[in-house]
Amino acid sequence: MKIQKILNILTLLTGAIAITVISLWIGQQAYSWLPPQAAAESLLIDDLISFLVTLGSFIFLGVTSTLMYSVIFHRAVKDDFTDGPPIEGNITLEVVWTAIPILLVFWIAGYSYQVYEQMGIQGPSELVHLHNPLAMQSAHAEPNDLPANALAEPVEKIDVLAKQWAWVFHYPEKDITSTELHLPSDRRIRLALKSQDVLHGFYIPAFRLKQDIIPNHAIDFEFTPIRAGKYRLTDSQYSGTYFATMQANVVVESPENYQQWLAQAATQKPSVAKNQAASEYAQTSHQSVQTGWVTVPPAAPPLVNSPG
Amino acid sequence: MTNVPIEGILLPDEKHNHESPSNWKEYFSFSTDHKVIGIQYLVTSFFFFLVGGIFAMVMRGELMTPESDLVDRTVYNGMFTMHGTVMLFLWTFPSLVGFANYLVPLMIGARDMAFPRLNAVAFWMVPVVGILMMGSFFVPGGPAQAGWWSYPPVSLQNPTGNLINGQVIWLLAVAISGVSSIMGAVNFVTTIVKMRAPGMGFFKMPLFVWTVFSAQIIQLFGLPALTAGAVMLLLDLTAGTAFFDPAKGGNPVMFEHYFWFYSHPAVYVIILPIFGIFSEIFPVYSRKPLFGYKVVAVSSILIAIVSGIVWVHHMYVSGTPGWMRLIFMLTTMFVSVPTGIKVFAWVATIWGGKLRLTTPMLFALGALIMFVFAGITGIMLSSVPVDVHVNNTYFVVGHFHYVLYGTVTMGLYAAIYHWFPKMTGRMYSESWGKIHFWLAFIGTNLNFLPMHPLGLQGMLRRVASYAPEYTFWNIIASLGGFLLGMSTLPFIFNMVISWMQGEKAPANPWRAIGLEWLVSSPPPVENFEEIPIIISEPYGYGKSEPLTANLSE
Ligand code: HEM
Ligand SMILES: [Cu+2]
Ligand SMILES: [Cu+2]
Repeated sequence: MKIQKILNILTLLTGAIAITVISLWIGQQAYSWLPPQAAAESLLIDDLISFLVTLGSFIFLGVTSTLMYSVIFHRAVKDDFTDGPPIEGNITLEVVWTAIPILLVFWIAGYSYQVYEQMGIQGPSELVHLHNPLAMQSAHAEPNDLPANALAEPVEKIDVLAKQWAWVFHYPEKDITSTELHLPSDRRIRLALKSQDVLHGFYIPAFRLKQDIIPNHAIDFEFTPIRAGKYRLTDSQYSGTYFATMQANVVVESPENYQQWLAQAATQKPSVAKNQAASEYAQTSHQSVQTGWVTVPPAAPPLVNSPG
Repeated sequence: MTNVPIEGILLPDEKHNHESPSNWKEYFSFSTDHKVIGIQYLVTSFFFFLVGGIFAMVMRGELMTPESDLVDRTVYNGMFTMHGTVMLFLWTFPSLVGFANYLVPLMIGARDMAFPRLNAVAFWMVPVVGILMMGSFFVPGGPAQAGWWSYPPVSLQNPTGNLINGQVIWLLAVAISGVSSIMGAVNFVTTIVKMRAPGMGFFKMPLFVWTVFSAQIIQLFGLPALTAGAVMLLLDLTAGTAFFDPAKGGNPVMFEHYFWFYSHPAVYVIILPIFGIFSEIFPVYSRKPLFGYKVVAVSSILIAIVSGIVWVHHMYVSGTPGWMRLIFMLTTMFVSVPTGIKVFAWVATIWGGKLRLTTPMLFALGALIMFVFAGITGIMLSSVPVDVHVNNTYFVVGHFHYVLYGTVTMGLYAAIYHWFPKMTGRMYSESWGKIHFWLAFIGTNLNFLPMHPLGLQGMLRRVASYAPEYTFWNIIASLGGFLLGMSTLPFIFNMVISWMQGEKAPANPWRAIGLEWLVSSPPPVENFEEIPIIISEPYGYGKSEPLTANLSE
């Protein structure tokens, strides 16, 4: 009898350890499911995702292995139609099982809150500019080689205009327009997001950042690119027929190269940028047999200094 | 049978012959019998499930390759809009109302719903909604293309210039469906409050009845918001008002609030009865009482209440200020507490039981496992920083399909198999049922699991074309989708053949405890010769107490 009990506890313990180890491993895998980490914010978000994947795996494996154990070992024998033990409840167990999710909720919410504060992406401009000094400090304490100004005051201000279906970027300092978003790395960027027609969404997966753009609202949005390279900006809020084509290149480069690009673009005469929605629309409206439904025509392709 | 007044409500004065509907024509004509109406709902909604499924096949076909090459972009947009709309408003809602209609009066020992004629009228609005939706394919300009949530200003852009267009028809259909649901809600709440058999206190009600009750209360407070939003949008679209049109100074974000104030709780209108179905099925096939019955019952009401204060989690990145994002993060996460209690209760019910893996039990177990998965991704979504990344990506699509297919649709299948003998008086074929289960279970995971990595990598929802690096997971998802489409064939085959020539079913083939199992299969028109007197709690497996004082068990 005693040996049986010890054996049970040992089995349970082995199971729990196995599940813990597997969950920790899956949580580490989570980083590889994500795009490159090209903004300071992505480091924070990825850690949070990995944490949630670890915790989630633990819960999922715990529940499914309990169920599977029952399915394998607690099957009724053929032709045995008697009932199982009529256990209806257990107050202690029920209290514990209510307390655990409540504690988990506070843990997850607390961690998420911290990350959100540190990101300081701000969102809508109607908000007071909340500079939480504590949050800024902890961001600097991140164990990676972020330059000291990575999450500080914005230095680069760029206007973003979204329309059906194109992105136009305006650099007010030099009064330059582009259909490619060039950003200096390791500098705080502030975008002023505007829409000309419908809801659009500003989303760069490599930055893990997203913000809806609302007509008649100017929305300030801040972040810090940290890794040179070429990324994609996509429209994340369904905006009509050619929604999927509303993409643009994002070029993150060293501040020197960025200044060079600005200077070079300033010498260019504005020209009509290539636009996928416009060319697809022209093509389908010339087809002799219409295979789709009528659509809103795309806005005129933007006139820019740098078509990218 | 003469009319019996039950707490002031009189049953309709109609000639009854104590016979169940023997003639299939009865299922296609106006009837006030809650059982006939229940089956009408189920058959109609299943038809639309297939229609919505065909749209899904077109979408998965388009997404087999990165380019937009199978159908035009406008057609693709119409497809996902109608797919979502049909699946929500013409499949999950009506089929669950169908079960509630069939089962609630039987489970509480009533002879019918409180308002049988209202019940019939509410049902007949569903085919009207369906005909409108399908008819919109034939108006110039085609069906609505603004997605099932119809956000303005996209939904206000009317390139045809016609007054009758897909979007207008869509809004009308949704409004009619809302009216039908309100009628249903009034009827269910009244029935459950007023028509319980003597002795059936609230804490003697089966959990399916508790969940229907909680879900229908959500309908009562939520639907007016959706209906108001839909009517205002309709006015903007047809009469030139400017509630939501930014070009005229309106605010499209207001629409999002109206919409989600109802449409988030709406997902609990769908999922709660599925929780009820789980709570009915696990005890029978584990032969144990439901663990923690009272806590599970109360948690349904808690879910209904908390679900009313979480809607902004759909709008974290939509011009929502930071403080609001964080408050709604906390309320959203709290839904997992009553939900977690339920999951725990089901696992504890199964634990140490004498399990019988019949088709309904397999479907319920599969659905429970996929629900746990969906709950975990749901918690991830509720975390603001994570949602900032994955909002509107395939991660969200993966999450809600684990809920809507993995849990709701699989749960509905479990219910159909479980109550099939009761409804038709015939047994279904277990082996075909098991083939169906395995195809559906494998198909669901192949179809929806790949959506999670796609979303984490940044693939957006609602796109007809995508970057080539997303191809691999999309092909897997499409193959899973086609498998899911095929999985309905053994089901249809089984249902049709078994209904026509299955083995005759006894009153209680599963040796289940519950009032509906005390009457013949199918039940007589007025359900009970004599209204039962309830003397014990439900789920008395392993305890030899009788359930009623007068009906034999
Ligand atoms: C554990 C409970 C749940 C949590 C914490 C949860 C959380 C969330 C969150 C935060 C979103 C928004 C994601 C976004 O828009 O980026 C979402 C979307 C969604 N959820 Fe859930 N959810 C839960 C259960 C359910 C249930 C029970 C259903 C349906 C029966 C459901 C269906 C949906 C649908 C349809 C969407 C997508 C809405 C849309 O974007 O069009 N969820 N969920
Ligand atoms: Cu857009
Ligand atoms: Cu929601």
